[in-house]
Amino acid sequence: MKAKIDRTYEGSFHIVGGDFSRAGEASTELKTILLRMGMDEEIVRRVAIATFEAEMNIMIYATAGILRYTITPEEIRVVAEDMGPGIEDIELAMQEGYSTAPDWVREMGWGAGMGLPNMKKNSDVFRIESVVGEGTTVEMTIRLGDCGEESR
Amino acid sequence: MRLDEIIRILDAVTVTNSLEPGEEIEWACATDLMSDVLYYSRGNSVLITGLAKQQAIRTSDIADIRVVVFTRGKEPDTQTIELARMKNITLLITPYSMYTACGKLYEEGLRCCPE
Repeated sequence: MKAKIDRTYEGSFHIVGGDFSRAGEASTELKTILLRMGMDEEIVRRVAIATFEAEMNIMIYATAGILRYTITPEEIRVVAEDMGPGIEDIELAMQEGYSTAPDWVREMGWGAGMGLPNMKKNSDVFRIESVVGEGTTVEMTIRLGDCGEESR
Repeated sequence: MRLDEIIRILDAVTVTNSLEPGEEIEWACATDLMSDVLYYSRGNSVLITGLAKQQAIRTSDIADIRVVVFTRGKEPDTQTIELARMKNITLLITPYSMYTACGKLYEEGLRCCPE
């Protein structure tokens, strides 16, 4: 089913760092919103995965952060902005398997160094900016083509 | 592979179930790393994991995985069970290790999610 989006929809979620009991709730809510709008399931899956990874990164590394989404007739854009330690070497952080996650995070099944690569994989356009000591902003855009896989 | 076959092959206990016994599950994914689930899995898969925690359910929900198997008889806590119920995820517990569980399912024809 193809969704009929006739205007721009915007929303946001506030994320509190370290609160694992609520980890994933924002992404789940966005997924529900997109499915209710009648979005293609494969596109919803890509948005949900990319957003979930961004949400987990805020949860793991930052004190707090905000996830903002914009849905237009052409695309879905998710911006994740956090007040975290920032990333010293973005190129290194983008490598599959590279992680600075502490042990307690690994015990929860995270910190395998696939978060940023996964966000990029599921986005048509992926941007990341980071300032050490201030925070990181990730912008992910997924285009609403006829088929999510083919529009990549 | 049918859900009831998966349950039989793994000698699994059903903790929550929202699917018909004849429901067809196409692929399998086995890992304790949740980003690997998100990176490599496909929808309509079974996740076999030793991570008997809420994170496994939450991740499966995001990735459209409808069946989760906890290995080595690991009992999840009540919050994990409640989350699985809420998200309509079928949660099974097998007494087998991840290695053995995967071997048994592979032997009967269930294959890994294609990359």
